[in-house]
Amino acid sequence: MSTTVLDPTDETAPSARERTTRPESLAGLTVGLLDISKPRGDVFLDEVESRLISLGATVRRFTKPTFAKPAPTDLRHEIATSCDAVIEALAD
Amino acid sequence: MSSPPLPDGLVAFVKKDCPTCELIAPVLADLDRASSLTVFSQDDPGFPSIPGVRDDRSLELSWRNSIETVPTLMRVTDGAETDRIVGWSVDQWRDFTGIAELGDGLPEHRPGCGSLSVDPEHADALEAAFGDGLRARQIEFATAEDPFEAMYDRGWSDGLPVVPPTPERVARMLSGTTRPADDVVATVPPNLADVTVEKIAINAVMAGCLPEYLPVVIAAVEAVCTDEFNMHGVLATTMGVAPILIVNGPIRNEIGMNSGMNVFGQGNRANSTIGRALQLVIRNIGGGVPGEVDRSTHGQPGKVGLCFAEDEEGSPWTSLAESLGHSPDVSTVTVFCGEAPRIIFDQMTQDPAGLTESIAMVVRNNVHPRITGMDTIVAICPEHMARFRDAGWDRERFETELTSRLEIEVDGILRGVDGVAEGIPTGLGFEGATLPKVRSGGLLVVHVGGPAGLFSSTFGGWVSGPMGSVPVTKEIVR
Repeated sequence: MSTTVLDPTDETAPSARERTTRPESLAGLTVGLLDISKPRGDVFLDEVESRLISLGATVRRFTKPTFAKPAPTDLRHEIATSCDAVIEALAD
Repeated sequence: MSSPPLPDGLVAFVKKDCPTCELIAPVLADLDRASSLTVFSQDDPGFPSIPGVRDDRSLELSWRNSIETVPTLMRVTDGAETDRIVGWSVDQWRDFTGIAELGDGLPEHRPGCGSLSVDPEHADALEAAFGDGLRARQIEFATAEDPFEAMYDRGWSDGLPVVPPTPERVARMLSGTTRPADDVVATVPPNLADVTVEKIAINAVMAGCLPEYLPVVIAAVEAVCTDEFNMHGVLATTMGVAPILIVNGPIRNEIGMNSGMNVFGQGNRANSTIGRALQLVIRNIGGGVPGEVDRSTHGQPGKVGLCFAEDEEGSPWTSLAESLGHSPDVSTVTVFCGEAPRIIFDQMTQDPAGLTESIAMVVRNNVHPRITGMDTIVAICPEHMARFRDAGWDRERFETELTSRLEIEVDGILRGVDGVAEGIPTGLGFEGATLPKVRSGGLLVVHVGGPAGLFSSTFGGWVSGPMGSVPVTKEIVR
């Protein structure tokens, strides 16, 4: 069950955490590809992977156990600590 | 938020899990046939088995109409209640409805049951959902997020875990004050953000306060956010000072504050969480974050929160608040900008004059022996206080004697003496004169501590007076 809390701040900052700054170039970076376990997501990601490699990126592949739930904390942690950028793929 | 209008005619609130409601189910059926009746069911829209029963399992209408007992029978005209009866009484119900044979054969009287809308299990959630008190932005953590880690990630914590301020907990916290949730209490430095009673309540929940502590936290926020106290300066200084809270008056005992053993230490919920709640308000509302506007070189443990009560009952003297002109019937909080406490160790001196000199020896060294004109707390322990009591000294005598011993000869504290550059500048005409260690009006004497032990304490101040910070006392309004 998710928890809802009341904002303890003066609410001048956005409630969502800010995204990391986008990289100028992917060359030399490690890019994570997260398959959310929707059918044929792997087909799409295979193509993305080959294009990323041609841009000089290193690719690591990850898969969520189920598309119906957010990625487990441990998986998010692993992606956050081992990748410079991540692409989350949805295919339907 | 206003209540949706009720249908005109008779309106009944019932629940299936109530023997009285079960008993009068046939009466409700009779009333439904005889007049315009609308039944709201709190737990089962299939009960009673008459057409058109309204589903109030959300309890919104029960809550909005202040239903405390089921059954409740109301008369509604033009959408507004004009009368109500509660429980079951044959005479009352016949009188109320004008139907002479209503409830024939039923017992004369049954008290009914408690409404689900006042059940402690639901009351806070209903207040949070339907009350008009809560205006703060709601933030939903993801299912996989640990709320405690999520609050750390958002920077809401002082480093210790904080209690998730759910709407239910905040609604319960707000029950601790009579002040409206949207009252603006103060403008909080350094960001100069207005803080409402509700925002203070949110931070009080996070700090671990009970609702009855909230009025103390509110008064403390008011006190530090004055020009006199100068919270911005207290926060931004590189010197390791903190707001120190001293509580006087009846509320000390009502909320179980510690004024005795380990009074500046850990272990008492009210002491520990009230001071922490103030610091969380400074952090979360004011934006006072260490490394940002908080530039303290060393800081000090009291910056997590330092709050204590005076032992008034055990003292032969007037309390601190009384000495500042407040009635002993009134509760107050006094805020003082100070360093961490230092111990006044004297296990030998029996006579009050010698003990006063002993205290003065330590106070002279507060912050630095060459710094003068600063505010000071002297916290006298019970065993030291007994010396003054036995000798017949009162507060005024002690303060006069101590102050006279704190006149510092400037020639000994001039810049450069003994090779130490810190001190009073030469050439300003102070040579040969004395300067007071403690600013006039800046001596706060309190009686606190455990029954055994010959250790009083003192807190040195910061830049004291109008150029820095002045102690501020606020009355605590429930």
